[in-house]
Amino acid sequence: MSSTTRLQAALSDLKEGVCSIYIWPVLGWQEVKQRYRRSTLGPFWLTLSTGAMIGAMGPLYGRLLGQDVASYFLYLATSFIIWLFISGLVTESCQAFISAEGYIKQSKLPLTVHVLRVIWKNLIFFAHNMVIVVIVMLAYPPPALSLVWLFPVGIALIMVNGLWCGLLLGLLCARFRDIPQIVTSLMQVAMFLTPIFWKADMLGKHQWAATWNPIFHFLEVARAPLLGVAAGAQSWLVVFAVTILGSLVTLVFFTRFRARIAYWV
Amino acid sequence: MAKVVANNLVVDYPIYGTNSRSFKNAFIRTATGGLLARNANEQVVVRALNGVTFELGEGDRVGIVGHNGSGKSTLLRVIVGAYEPVSGSISVAGKVSSMLSISLGMEPEATGYENIFLRGVLMGLKPREIEALADGIISFSELGDYIEMPVRTYSSGMAMRLAFAISTSISADIILMDEWLSVGDASFSEKAQQRLQAVLDQAKILVIASHNEELIRKNCNKIMRLDHGELVSFQQLYA
Repeated sequence: MSSTTRLQAALSDLKEGVCSIYIWPVLGWQEVKQRYRRSTLGPFWLTLSTGAMIGAMGPLYGRLLGQDVASYFLYLATSFIIWLFISGLVTESCQAFISAEGYIKQSKLPLTVHVLRVIWKNLIFFAHNMVIVVIVMLAYPPPALSLVWLFPVGIALIMVNGLWCGLLLGLLCARFRDIPQIVTSLMQVAMFLTPIFWKADMLGKHQWAATWNPIFHFLEVARAPLLGVAAGAQSWLVVFAVTILGSLVTLVFFTRFRARIAYWV
Repeated sequence: MAKVVANNLVVDYPIYGTNSRSFKNAFIRTATGGLLARNANEQVVVRALNGVTFELGEGDRVGIVGHNGSGKSTLLRVIVGAYEPVSGSISVAGKVSSMLSISLGMEPEATGYENIFLRGVLMGLKPREIEALADGIISFSELGDYIEMPVRTYSSGMAMRLAFAISTSISADIILMDEWLSVGDASFSEKAQQRLQAVLDQAKILVIASHNEELIRKNCNKIMRLDHGELVSFQQLYA
């Protein structure tokens, strides 16, 4: 197959995948429903445990780090919940194709559908967790709410990046089965290296340790609006750059290896 | 216009050992020029289809026969579009209905009714279209009130009846089957065969892989013989 037809096939997979609006929401929702079955609280169990963790860590770490508890509480809640969304997307991306083996080997669904399923499922869990953010916001209102409209923009950008990330990681993990473990360990390290429990400005002149990390900028873009501040121009720049760069790299890989995935899973 | 044109199809299955599935080994191999982790280099490839060429048109009822591992199922999956050939080409015109695995996408924890929708969307139906078909599916499968129960509570026969009823609820231009479908006990089986026959009669092209040559002679007008991935013969059958 020539590379132009390969590219066309990759792009039409993307297009048809996104347009399969009756398939991926159903598959994603099905996974969420799985949690609801035989359990009254369902995914709210996750919300409860996340809430308990934030409730316990807020006052403790606020004091440890010498922060004003009111502002730290909201900072921690938004950061941690957006982080859970991002890390869920990244780690589950690894299984996007592997877990869809049956579909991929037996039917002609666009591969993009399986990545969108992962994104949709994580978005629904994220929405459950947002309950915590709303409660904390009511208890400790942020100084301003005028920038809140930027919050959905930040989340949308995270989802767009989830798409390329899912296609790329899903593809690589289908071929190399030890990558999921590597990704999981890296994400665990990243949780501590990213300003989630602490703030970037606490590093003083060593702020580079936070700003080199692209995840920090994704967090910033989504959480700053909820904290009543504007995300820095640098963060927007990094997010857009990563979005474009990641999409291009993924397009190259997806074009080249899309047809092989069925043989790999 | 329903049509299947295959031109010089070649399909290779890569067989990965644990070593060649490891990114670590692949990395060491590249970094050391293959001196270390030499095993990771050995990638076995099985040629499942080799230079298969044929053309199917309207009215064709094709039976594929061959030993285990001769490439029957692979060929069906290539026609479905799941596997893309390594070289050669396949073009399929017309709406394809795959009955290769009629339980694909069924969720044991979901109710029978929910599963009708799950299978339905995977078959390319819109929720409204599925709703229109649902009553027919429920009454045909004879599940009654069980339709509101999770599929994991069904006996295997009941689950098959449901899957069968869903898969045979829509007509298609091209139908693919891996072994003749048969479900249920004696009385249901007869009813199922009638329903299957009705769907098959409407199809413009039928491709079925089977070990049962007698069945193929009864239901097909062409027979395709595969051996070790090669098309040995493709002949007309005369009744």
